[in-house]
Amino acid sequence: MTDIMDQLLNHPLGRGVLLGGVLVGLMMGVGAFSTYLERKFAGRIQNRLGPTIVGPFGLFQVIADGIKMLRKEIIIPRAADPVLFLLAPIVAVTLTLASAAVIPFAEGMEPVVTSVGLLWLLAFSGLLVFPVWWAGWASNNKYALFGSMRAVAQGVSYEIPLVMAALVPVILAGSLDFGAIVAAQKGGAWFIWSNPVGAIAFIIFFLASLAEANRIPFDIPEAESELIAGPSVEYTGILWGMFPLAEYIHTFIASAVASLMFFGGWLGPGPDGLHWMALKTGALYLAVYWLRWSLVRFRSDQLMRFCWHWLVPISLALIVIATLWVHAGFGGSA
Amino acid sequence: MSLSIQPYSAEQPVNPYLDVDLYDPDADLMVLNLGPQHPSTHGVFRVKLILDGEVIVKAIGYPGYLHRGVEKLCEKLNYSNIKAIIDKNDYISPMINEQAVNMAFEKLAGVEVPRRALWLRSLLAEFQRIASHLIALGTFGLDVGGALGGGASAFMYCFRDREMILDVFEELSGCRFHYNTHCVGGNRHDVPAGWDRMVLPALEVIEARLDELVDMMVNNQVFVDRTQGVGVIPKNLALGLGLTGPNGRASGIDCDLRRDAPYNAYGEVEVRPAVRSAGDCQARFLCRVDEIRESARLARLFLAGLPEGPISGTKPNKGPTSVKIKEGRCYVGLSTPRGELGTYLIAGGNKGLSPYRLKIRPPSLHHLASIPYILPGNNLSDAIAILGSLDPVMGEADR
Repeated sequence: MTDIMDQLLNHPLGRGVLLGGVLVGLMMGVGAFSTYLERKFAGRIQNRLGPTIVGPFGLFQVIADGIKMLRKEIIIPRAADPVLFLLAPIVAVTLTLASAAVIPFAEGMEPVVTSVGLLWLLAFSGLLVFPVWWAGWASNNKYALFGSMRAVAQGVSYEIPLVMAALVPVILAGSLDFGAIVAAQKGGAWFIWSNPVGAIAFIIFFLASLAEANRIPFDIPEAESELIAGPSVEYTGILWGMFPLAEYIHTFIASAVASLMFFGGWLGPGPDGLHWMALKTGALYLAVYWLRWSLVRFRSDQLMRFCWHWLVPISLALIVIATLWVHAGFGGSA
Repeated sequence: MSLSIQPYSAEQPVNPYLDVDLYDPDADLMVLNLGPQHPSTHGVFRVKLILDGEVIVKAIGYPGYLHRGVEKLCEKLNYSNIKAIIDKNDYISPMINEQAVNMAFEKLAGVEVPRRALWLRSLLAEFQRIASHLIALGTFGLDVGGALGGGASAFMYCFRDREMILDVFEELSGCRFHYNTHCVGGNRHDVPAGWDRMVLPALEVIEARLDELVDMMVNNQVFVDRTQGVGVIPKNLALGLGLTGPNGRASGIDCDLRRDAPYNAYGEVEVRPAVRSAGDCQARFLCRVDEIRESARLARLFLAGLPEGPISGTKPNKGPTSVKIKEGRCYVGLSTPRGELGTYLIAGGNKGLSPYRLKIRPPSLHHLASIPYILPGNNLSDAIAILGSLDPVMGEADR
């Protein structure tokens, strides 16, 4: 039995189907369960209880919401472009799941084995601008168009500090492979504190991924107070549900990547493994909620200024310092 | 994109009647209808925005979607029935609205209001002011922070605190809203036994939590970036448009009817209205925060000094025809949480049982008149913040 498993896991297709299936199931579960978790968490922040009625502790609220969303009518506005309109949410979820394919939640557990894992991830999450843009354009609604134009401007701008901040651990580890990046952090030498630039690079990476995932204080494309819900304003039912699902999964992936690159992934005091990865990712994920439910929103021009005046120059400087640090022989195992 | 339009300032006023064809013939302008059904217009208010990219070139406000013909209805209703529908005008502060018409009726009917009723009315007005400003602060959080974010948290905190005031009112009058407790000649409900044991802790909790709200909102750099210098109403514009209340005082107009034309028991205590000079969204927010503190102080004074005696100068209201005013006309102004609420009454309709004409000057309508001046030159996001900082109530503006 184990032989068959080994053979399957060593074959790219078998590995993709097996681990990929597990990953898709996991991610969908995370996306669905996040709604419950966020509602509970936000409820606690706001002195409320959150969902309590459906099931024990309101746990079945997720299922109730899912059924509700699936049963709702899918309305395509007459003036909309039906192909793009239907395609946008589907592509959004697909791209998010595809970007998760290279994330190892424990050593050697990634569905797609590649030496350029980080590149794969950044490429797929960079493509996420397109479905949002399509959604806004195809809806043929002024609010949606506004939202999608903001999303494109914001997504393209924040891509730059995101990639440059992600380059810092790459330079320190000398590899684009998540396995090698984590391996370089062995012995408690997590990149967040083992060098002078890790902490700042982490903050920039975290903020930029919040902006990529449209989370407050960077959720100006959605901006329900002025743009109602931005690109997803015309969507109903499960088609609408795919956007928040993609957003939740994207945020979760960003937390997972941050814990891989700056907090040593599955390494930890005591036995290494999945539990450390889950703990670190979960803590970062909750930090996103915490920020979301306690901050107000930036204005779009302030958001751009923050990116181009602060994040981009600082992350450029970080790359230079990291390079010099490695050159001086302090870090980098490869 | 070059921004050829700048936000309103005293040196460079915005022309609200701008001809958009003359603005820039080559500009790709877009018309965006903000409202009437929009989550952030505080009721059904429609603003037609002409946008150049995200920058507002021209803004035209269209009130009237909540017009119910209240003033015309007043000409048909008896005096004692009117206050029940005036309650619904400014539905955020019904207590003060029903008092406004009653003051006009009392003035013309020549009814003496006992001292205890005057103090009780002042006390209730200050509570209502706290509750109303809490809504203003909370919904402003929603406007700058979104319904799914930190703004929603601020909104929840404010509504939680306001709930205590509603409890206090419920204990007194039996209603959480639309109290109908003021009568011609006094009040209907006296203070119940042990009321102060409910009121004083509530005030303390509200003041303590207000400090937390200030910590969360005002001392937050994102909030400061969103509000400081945004939507500036210079003093001359505010005077010209007739801005009153916290909006006027945030622009440096040091005027409060509680102090300058005292009614109720305000002449017997010292009222210190909060005045600021910046005139931006932050100043308006902070003015309301200061006014909550001032109102809590006044409420404690009024509760401690509540005189003994009857609460009504007339016999209990037996029927709708018990108030009769043959003739006369008067204007009564009082200070609501939004500004000066004026009531102009001409008596003599329906054989003295109804007004011949009742005209209400709603402060919110005057605040909304500033929209065409202060929105152009600002970002679309700021339009919502500015509209929220004016704290209009459409029930009162449209009547």
